[in-house]
Amino acid sequence: MASAPFTLMIVPFGALFGVLATAQGMTVTEAMAFSIVVIAGASQFAALQLMQEGAPILIIILTATAVNLRMAMYSVALTPHLGRASLWQRILVSYFLIDQSYVLGAAEFDRRPDWGLAEKLTFYFGVITPICGLWYLATWVGASFGRALPAGWPLDFIVPVSFLAMVSPLLQTRAQRVAAGVSAGGTLLLWWMPYSSGLLVAALAAMIAGAVVETQEERRHAG
Amino acid sequence: MPVEAIADKGQLWTIILGLGLGTYLLRFSFLGLIGNRSLPPLVLRMLRYTPMAVIPGLVAPAAVWPAATGGETDPARLIAVVVTVLVGIRTRNTLWAMVAGAVTLGLGLWALG
Repeated sequence: MASAPFTLMIVPFGALFGVLATAQGMTVTEAMAFSIVVIAGASQFAALQLMQEGAPILIIILTATAVNLRMAMYSVALTPHLGRASLWQRILVSYFLIDQSYVLGAAEFDRRPDWGLAEKLTFYFGVITPICGLWYLATWVGASFGRALPAGWPLDFIVPVSFLAMVSPLLQTRAQRVAAGVSAGGTLLLWWMPYSSGLLVAALAAMIAGAVVETQEERRHAG
Repeated sequence: MPVEAIADKGQLWTIILGLGLGTYLLRFSFLGLIGNRSLPPLVLRMLRYTPMAVIPGLVAPAAVWPAATGGETDPARLIAVVVTVLVGIRTRNTLWAMVAGAVTLGLGLWALG
């Protein structure tokens, strides 16, 4: 499977979340609750980073939730395929809706127009639930054994490096790079705003900038 | 990193449950409630940019004014940031970018330390 490396990233990131969460004073149970309730790696790292900076609680929740706005897009993308499932099935589908569900699920469904709802649900739960299981397991391993790491490692900077490692492979088009630039530059310029709220303003500006540049490029190619 | 950054457990659980609920509602939104209606194309296009719109902003202050140095710009950390981003763009591979960034940070702290 071409997406196997992408799927396997779950393991180091889950373990890293466990290590950093316990290093910040969480118990193994609390780190596990985080991974089971939220199951969204980037937003969990975002919450850790903001807790470490001592940001106000509402800003932590809003910013970390903003990292997950793409989940609404995944929800839209899967609705034509799974929208006719029963309510409790859709409740479960939603819980397991992660990046891999979108990338693996939507791609597979588009390749298999002959599949009915039952086949699609079987594929979805058969492929996605083991990935989420790996996420819980990796968090548990990291949280339980993370304290064995040598002291003096620059743990404070592992989160920024992991974040950049997650996002930089996505920066292939001009629109994506402009969005990233507006986000970073805008947050630094707006750092004077109270309660780290400049980040939210810069993120909104970056989303608009990305969409505008993409629209412009499309027009240029079309015309 | 302060070892007891999370002193208030009530706040921690508020964050876990608040973030979990908000994220769940985003996941459930269309599948559960809005049915077969879709969002305007421009909104969908904006949503696709959320990772690059939020994460660089989240990292930038920590990269330029790291807490570990008391907010003073640290060449080792800045070089590690640049290397991580360049390797990520070039290889399109998160794992390589992370390894490159971590090794650069380790070497930089040792050499410039």
